[in-house]
This record gives sequence, C-alpha cells and structure tokens, in this order.
Amino acid sequence: MSDKIKIKFTVNGDSEEREAVVGETLLKFIRDELNLTGTKSGCEIGECGACTVLLDGKPVNSCLVLAVELDGKELLTIEGLSKNGELDRLQQAFIDHAAFQCGYCTPGMIMAARSLLERNPNPNDSEINKALSGNLCRCGAYQEIRDAVKDSASK
Amino acid sequence: MSDLKTVGTTVPRKDAMEKVTGAAEFIEDRYMGPMLYAKMKKSTVAHGKIVRIDTDKAEKHPGVKAVLTGKDYPNMIGLYLIDRTFLAVDKVRFWGEPVAVVAATSEKAAAEAVELIEVEYEELPGVFDPREGIKPDAPIIHENLGNYEIVPIFYPKPGTNIANHFKIRKGDIEEGFDQADHVLEKEYYVPQMQHVPIETHKAAVQWSPDGKLTVWSTAQSPNVVRQLLAKSLDIPMHKIRVISSYIGGGFGCKAGASIEGLLVPIAQKYPGHIIRIVFDREEDMQGTFTRQALFSKLRTGFTKDGRITALQYEMIWDGGAYTEYGVNIVRAAGYSSTGAYDIPNVKTDSYCVYTNNSIGGPVRGFGMCEMQWGIERQIEEVAKHLNMDPLEVRLKNGMKRGSTTASGQVVHDVDYEKCLKLVADKIGWGKQESGKDGKLRGKGIAGLVKCPAQPSNAASSAIIRINEDGTAHVMVGATEMGQGMLTAISQIASEALHIPVDKIDIKVPDTDFTPYEWQSVGSRITYTCGTSVKRAAEDALGQIYCIAANLLEVPQEDLSYDGKKVYSNKDPNIKATIREIADSCKKCTGEGIAGPIIGRGSFVPTNMTNLDPETGQGNPGLFYCFGATGVEVEIDPETGVVEILQLASSIDAGKAINPQLATVQLHGGTIMGLSTALYEEVRFDKGIMLNRNFTDYKIATFDNVPHIDSFIVETPETNGPYGARGIGEQPMIGVAPAIANAVSDALGVEFNSFPLTPEKVWRALKDKK
Repeated sequence: MSDKIKIKFTVNGDSEEREAVVGETLLKFIRDELNLTGTKSGCEIGECGACTVLLDGKPVNSCLVLAVELDGKELLTIEGLSKNGELDRLQQAFIDHAAFQCGYCTPGMIMAARSLLERNPNPNDSEINKALSGNLCRCGAYQEIRDAVKDSASK
Repeated sequence: MSDLKTVGTTVPRKDAMEKVTGAAEFIEDRYMGPMLYAKMKKSTVAHGKIVRIDTDKAEKHPGVKAVLTGKDYPNMIGLYLIDRTFLAVDKVRFWGEPVAVVAATSEKAAAEAVELIEVEYEELPGVFDPREGIKPDAPIIHENLGNYEIVPIFYPKPGTNIANHFKIRKGDIEEGFDQADHVLEKEYYVPQMQHVPIETHKAAVQWSPDGKLTVWSTAQSPNVVRQLLAKSLDIPMHKIRVISSYIGGGFGCKAGASIEGLLVPIAQKYPGHIIRIVFDREEDMQGTFTRQALFSKLRTGFTKDGRITALQYEMIWDGGAYTEYGVNIVRAAGYSSTGAYDIPNVKTDSYCVYTNNSIGGPVRGFGMCEMQWGIERQIEEVAKHLNMDPLEVRLKNGMKRGSTTASGQVVHDVDYEKCLKLVADKIGWGKQESGKDGKLRGKGIAGLVKCPAQPSNAASSAIIRINEDGTAHVMVGATEMGQGMLTAISQIASEALHIPVDKIDIKVPDTDFTPYEWQSVGSRITYTCGTSVKRAAEDALGQIYCIAANLLEVPQEDLSYDGKKVYSNKDPNIKATIREIADSCKKCTGEGIAGPIIGRGSFVPTNMTNLDPETGQGNPGLFYCFGATGVEVEIDPETGVVEILQLASSIDAGKAINPQLATVQLHGGTIMGLSTALYEEVRFDKGIMLNRNFTDYKIATFDNVPHIDSFIVETPETNGPYGARGIGEQPMIGVAPAIANAVSDALGVEFNSFPLTPEKVWRALKDKK
C-alpha cells in the first residue's frame, strides 16, 4: 500500500541495502527495520533527544529525519560504539560515574556526547551544557554526565 | 558493622553494561509475537454526558480488528477507591479521557480509525478549582461516590465532590494558640506538575486459549497490576502473569495500575495476539497521573522565643477526575502535616476534591513537596516576624530522637540537626554576599521529612537460589526504574551470603516466577525488599551450615563460613567448599544430605497501625527519613531570572548501601525539585491541559543544573537492613522552599506559590516598589 524506495547506506560500519517506506521516520526505520532497539523514542517531535544517532558523524534527532534521507549516508547508533565487546571509552566513563539511572535517555545522550568529543576533544562544562542541552534526562544525571564526558575526554 | 564487605561500597550498577550499549530491554524493545496496535479515542470535553458513540466507520476501516467502548467494558478499577472504568461509561470527567479504543494491524490504521469514531456529548458544568468543588452547590462529578468500594481508612462524603477528608487532632489546638505570643496565617498554592519520564506509559496484553492473561507493562508494581486486574476482571491470580522490563523512569506516575486493563477484551477476541498500546508524549502528559494541585491555609502560633505551640493546616487538593490513588496522598500529607517539626498542638483538615482536571495521583514526594512547601515557607515567616535566624527556628522546633509527628508517632534514629547544619555550613550561612552588576543575592534553607506512604501490611518477599557452583540468583518483585534496586539488593544479598556481587544474578520481576512485592514506591524498596533479601540470605546460610555440619560431621556451632568454604573452628583443615555444599549434597558414602539450597525471606511491617478516624493519631510511618536543602541565589532585578549559585542537599540514608548510587539519586531528586521550583507548572483552561509537550512544559536540562554539593548522613535505622532507609523521593522536597526562601532573602518579598518564573519574581519585585 505504501510507497517504498530502495536505499543504500552503512550502519555501524556495515553496508546495507533496504527498502524504506516514504514518509517513515529514521527512528522507526532504525527500530523496526534494522532492529536496532537501543535508539529510543521519547517524544517523536524532536524535543527530548532520546533518539539521537549520528548521521555522517553529525547528531540528529532520528524522529525528525526521514528514513529515505539515509540513502548514501553513514549511520552510527549506540550499538555501533562498542567493538568486539570492548566498550568505547565514553561508555566506560558513563559506567564509572554512574551517569544514568533509568537508562532510557542514555543511548541518545552517549551519541550526542560522542559527537561533541569528535568536534571538541576537551570540552568544558559550558560547552558540554550547550552541546547536550537538547538531551533531556528526567532522572537528573546531568552532573554525572558532565563528569563522564570530561573524564572520557581526558583519557 | 565496620566489617561490612559489600554494603557501603561503590560497585558498578548491575544494569550498567546493558544500559550503555543499548542492549537494555525496555518494553517496546521486546519482540512478543504477532501484534495488534491500539489507539484511544479521547474526550473533547472535560465534563459531559456521552449521548452517542458511532463506531461503524471505524470498524469498517481497513486493518481494524476491534473497537471497544465503555458500554462494552464497564469494569471498574482502583487501588484505594474504586472510582474508575477503563473507558468512560455514560459520562466523561476530564478532557482527554479515553472513550473508545481501536485495535488494528498497524498503528497508522488504528490512528486513522480513531478519527472515524463519532462521539456526541452533552456538556455539563465543570469544576476546575477544588475550592469551588468543595462547596455544597458545586456540580457533582461522581454521583455514585457513596456506592464505590473503598479501603476503610478513607472518608469520602457522598453527595459532594469530597473523595477523602483526613483529620489530625493532636493535643489541644485552642490551648496551643493561647500559649502563643504571635500567630501567623497565610495561604499557599502549589500547581499541578507532570512526571514526564522519558519513556511514556506502555502496555501489551495477550490472552491464551487456556484462559491465561499475560501482561507486559511499564508499571512500577507488577503485583499490584495483577491484583487489580484479578479483581476487576474476576480472573484468579494464577491466570494472570505480569512481566516487567526496565522502566524508563517512574517517579510515581507508573504506580498502581493504569492502562494495562484497557486492552483485555480485545485480547480475548484474538487469542495469541499481542495487543499493545504506547502512549505518545501528549497522552502521557494529559492522560496519566499529574501531581495534585494544593490550595492550603496555614496558621502557626509561636512564642516570642521562636517555639511553635500550635499549627492549624487546611489543605484542599485538586484530586482531578478520579482519585483512586490520590486519596492516599491527601491522607499522607495529613498525617505528616507538621513536616520535620515537633509541634504539640495540631489541627489538620486535608480534603481530596474531585475536579474536571486531569487525574491526580502519586508523584515523587507523595504530597510532601506540596505540604512542606507551606511549612517551610511559614517557618521562614515566623523567623522574620521574630527577627530570628530561620536556621535557629528550625533547630529549635526540629524533630529529634523521641519527638512526635502530627499523628503522634514517636520518631527514632533522627539527626535532622546534622542535615540542616551540613547544608547551612556549605552555603556559608550567615555570611551576606553582595551581587555584581546590580544583581541581588540571598540564601535559603529548608528541611524535609518523609515516610513511605503504604498500607500497614504492605509486604515484600525474596527467594535466593544457590547454584551448584556456589553462585546465586536473587529473585524479588521490585522493579528497576533507575533507582538502582538491582544493584543495592544484590549488595545486601552479597553481604549476607558472603558471595561477591558479580556472582549474584538478579532480574526485573515476572509475577509467574518472582515472589510477591507490594509496590516499588514510597522510597521503601531498600528497606522492605532489602530486609526480605537479607532474611532469605540468612535462611540460605542456615541451610549451608546444616549441610556442612552433616557433611563434615562437625556440630554447626563449631563451624565458620568465609564465603568460599565452611570449616571447623577447631581444625580448619576439616572443610567443605561452598561448591561442594551447594552441589554434591552427599557424604563420601554416597548418601544424600539435603539441598539444593533455596533461601526464602519475607517482610511485613510490625510497627505500623491504623489511625484513629477522628484524630488521625497512630503510627503510619515505617521509617522517617530527614534531610535538608541549602541554596544561594542571584537575581537579576531587570529580568526576574533566578540563578542558582550554590545548591547543597543532605539526606539521612541511615546507611548508604552503595554511596555512589545514593549520591546520584540525591542529585536526581534535587534536580527534579529545582526543576519544579523554577519551571514546571501544568496549565489548564477549563480542564484542557495547555502545555502537553517539552517545549511548552519545560524541565531542567544541562544549562539549568548547577553543581550540587551532596551529603549522605548515616544515622542508622534500627530495623533497616544494615541500618539503611530509603531516600529516593526525599531530596526533592526541600528544594522549592529553599529556593523561595533564598529569593525572599534577596528581595525581601514573600512567595506563596511556585514555580518562581522570571515573570513571577519580576512582578513581585515590581509590586514591592
């Protein structure tokens, strides 16, 4: 019934060719088509940041991007951060600082922070605040997240 | 207790690896089977009769499998006061109340079909302010209030909108005011707030052909969901299985049972299918529990040396359209109505009033933030009136060991003074700082106390299975919503069993397999579930000793256990490893001894009582947790913006099972308090919730959160596991009054409501001039 378009992209380093439903969000595509459920849905209107993924290295709210826009791009999700069971140092820093409670915002938070560190390897508090202000954490782990990001940057 | 090995140490969270890798399973991440998707049709009026519902077009819409209305499904549900149906029957009582539900083969088809349902209402006059709703001539929202089933500790007034009237009569209020040199009377207001967990409410149900109902739910208590569904649907409990996942934030909104039962009749039509509902953000905002608004009047009598002799507290709560859970918040606020202070003469009337606003219900603090706002603001005014240091007034009247609460309960294990002094010292209490560039600075302190609000027999239980290799599984019914239950409970088990935490497995509950737990609410799990786990561990240990005694042919009293082996005190070479004890269970002759080892433990409070219906006197508290907040603010008089320069938070945890997680929780509660103090307020226009997303309903994010200085005080709780008590909700309670006290200090104006938005602060300053 729905129109579909064939798209080519890489996801977490692997090349993929899939059909994407026209009008469907990247968030839905990631969760339902790619079965990468680490990316979370919190508001579906770009307000909470829980669905943050990196598209060609840039953080996006995947609920505000269409799946068909993935064509020709590189997608990195939370599942792509650890390699061969080795955690990314940012993931380890989140554990060391207990930088989460419920963990629902954590994948999006880590992706947004990962992107910040790529742009700015040594961010200060106000740069972290600015870069992550689109990611809400209702459990209020903000202080621990700041510490985790700085700790990870210093390593 | 200095020889503790695991309790009191920081070990990584049990759920850490899953949560940082995206592997943690939340309900919507689970593959359950062939799915049907449900969407709700919601009322467009706040109070009205349902004249007609036409579902014909929706039923014929491609992909639609079922449409259900309240008439088809009038079953009632509720925790304390059974006043709700899953779908509105005959009339709607709040804007956005579900009137029908559609299940279809796709979410899109379900959403389209919802639009095709036609509902005609005859609007009725509404009640949007509980102070109006309490009047005798107000429109009645629940005509059948007198016929509702209710736990007999609540006192509704049939024929009115009063769902509960809770009273405290302690000492002699007249005498108390006679002893006073001064009397202050003020009115206070706290608006509704929303919990806004980043994961919204979700549920799925499946009916199997043999009559078994399986429920997946974001609920904070799988056992309460099972209990309420069993009663509402008349299904025996062994035929209902409730499965929990990680919960993406609770804060009270996922307590009780809410949406799970909505889908059952549809599931019964399509056995084997999974019927799932996912609330969108807007539905989560307007369709789930809000924090009840509170209009209060507080009258305090005090002597010229600052001793409070009498307190009269009238609280009128906006219970919203249904108060099945809210009636207990009103009760809890009533029996705690002196806050952290020992006041000899008290008269409290706490009213839960139905309105046509969104449903009121439990939120972190369970009435304490709202009620203690008035207390902590008024103490400040008392101090100002006497030209005394507000800290001194708090210390003079603050509870100590042996003090009595409003309900006359004696508190033990208290060091409120220490909590206050820690935050005061941290923010440099007594030292006036001046702001730069015309900005104004002030400092404020507030105290806090809370006990779990739970039935006097709310139980917990635990099972510990020792594996053949000496590792263990801990099985409990508590849920993990971020508070760190899995980790803290594992640490308690580890301590008692002498088995390292990494050799202990623990999972979120599934009522078919995990033992009973009342609810993961009220900051009670560390204490209640922790106690049952400690007892289960002791039971398992007893079995380990018993088997070892048989195996080694040494009397039990001559044996010692070091976590790895059991050995004879007389000859340490006579020993058996935990592995040998757990696995072989047999002597060298081949004769079996006993086992496998399964420890069981349970807990039910024995220190709680019913309260006298007329005076409210009795023991409602399992334990009392005290704390304090200290704040320094700087205000820009041009804009009214309040900047937090210092934020210090102390809590008496009794014993922090995991100091790192306790601190994170303390920070989290403090930040939620900060967020409500400065930003959060649900706005209604004749029952229509206006701010239903994160743009219109702002919560604190990185930019708004300063560094927090935290203090975990450890005054051991005599009966808590290793001296621990719960601290999850408490840090939130003192933040709003501490900030308001600081702003008041800076500007010399009073604030009787929050949030302290720039507009409110600016206007207050302008009015002063």
